[in-house]
Amino acid sequence: MARPSWVSQAARIAWKDLHIEGRSREVVYTMGFMAALVVLVFSFAFISGQEVTVGPDAIAGILWVAVLFSGTVALSRTFDRERENEAIRSLLLSPVPRSAIYAGKLAATAAIMLLVELLLLPLLAALFSAAIWPHALWLGLLLLLGTVGFASVGVIFSAALLRSRSRDALLGALLFPIVIPVLLAASRATATLLDPTVPDLDPAFFWTRFLAALDVVFVVVGLWSFEPVVMGE
Amino acid sequence: MSERALRLMNVGKTFGRQRALADVSLAFLPGEVAAVLGPNGAGKSTLLSLLATLSQPSQGRITLGDEQLSRRSPLRASIGYVGHEPGVYGDLSARHNLRLFASLYGIANAERRIDEMLARVGLDGGRREAAARTFSRGMLQRLALARALLHEPEILLFDEPGSALDPAGAAWLASELRREREAGRLVMLVTHDLAAAASVATHVVVLRRGRVARDETCAGFSADEVRAIYEEATGGKT
Repeated sequence: MARPSWVSQAARIAWKDLHIEGRSREVVYTMGFMAALVVLVFSFAFISGQEVTVGPDAIAGILWVAVLFSGTVALSRTFDRERENEAIRSLLLSPVPRSAIYAGKLAATAAIMLLVELLLLPLLAALFSAAIWPHALWLGLLLLLGTVGFASVGVIFSAALLRSRSRDALLGALLFPIVIPVLLAASRATATLLDPTVPDLDPAFFWTRFLAALDVVFVVVGLWSFEPVVMGE
Repeated sequence: MSERALRLMNVGKTFGRQRALADVSLAFLPGEVAAVLGPNGAGKSTLLSLLATLSQPSQGRITLGDEQLSRRSPLRASIGYVGHEPGVYGDLSARHNLRLFASLYGIANAERRIDEMLARVGLDGGRREAAARTFSRGMLQRLALARALLHEPEILLFDEPGSALDPAGAAWLASELRREREAGRLVMLVTHDLAAAASVATHVVVLRRGRVARDETCAGFSADEVRAIYEEATGGKT
């Protein structure tokens, strides 16, 4: 037996999750519903009549609050399929490095979150007249970095709570305080990019670099800590 | 099949201040079916979990041949495990489950091997493309065995494999265990079912309070012999 590479094993685990999600679409629909609900609730609060009174700071906040809540839905389901029938045990028994399992789960979760976020942006543009197009690529990069930062921590907590009965309640309580720097950096950079009157994009550069650095730290810690967390020893 | 022996040397396992296993020294040879017996809480499942590398011993060593068996050891690929739960993905079909694990183990000619395994466990009909979630308990156990055998492991570990099977399923499983023994694999089986153990075992280990109370090897045991060994070692406790 030729042992597959770390990357191909991680890719197979990610592909398995995406394949299952592609058939059931359970998580995508639930996340999409949650994200749309958050945006609509804010629109009821901020929009009165024909007048849109929402500034770029608030739109950025709405976007990342929607990402936070819908992402938590995704993370709460990340290991559901491994919990059923104790499939996690078969995965842990296989010769796959545990860090590759983490990377695969992270890639699949981030991909599902990004799909929902791509649907979220036009909704924000339509409801709040958000200027998403002038810096669309940069916004896309921010969503990618913010999602990876959020999911990298979330996958660890999701694995830690694999056998906990109150995992849904605990996940948010444990996760939210730790991802505050990710949300702060992502929302500050997003607010700068959504403001057409800002002549200087330096703050967006700064927060994007800060977010990328956070991602590196969180992903490295996740790769390193996944094995002890998932083995429970 | 390899001729490597599996050895436990003064193995102990504690969870916090609770001792699950203490000073366990055993040797198992290829071609044996070893039945690990004992009352509830004797440490049987803990022992199996150590052998499966799902947990680490607190003391002592476990070796396969000359190599130490540990969580990070490549020897993990030499182990097949069938537990209480089937360990397969309910959302995937039998074929997709086996395809996933074949790719993770890097099995050559995977599709041919998958076909062989599905045929062997009797899942080669129309059900092989149905989601495993729709399977009966017996079918799931068959799929679990196919997954465990897919990579042709040297050691096969079973934790109460017949607990949810009907008599026909249990008889089928016993015949599969004998077949694996004849193929030269080391088969270890944790069970409370003394009659089932007697029907296949060539090595009986009885654990009591985390220690080895009896360790007997024989070409074949009768049900009465296994019961006598068990009762003598445990004082008749079940």
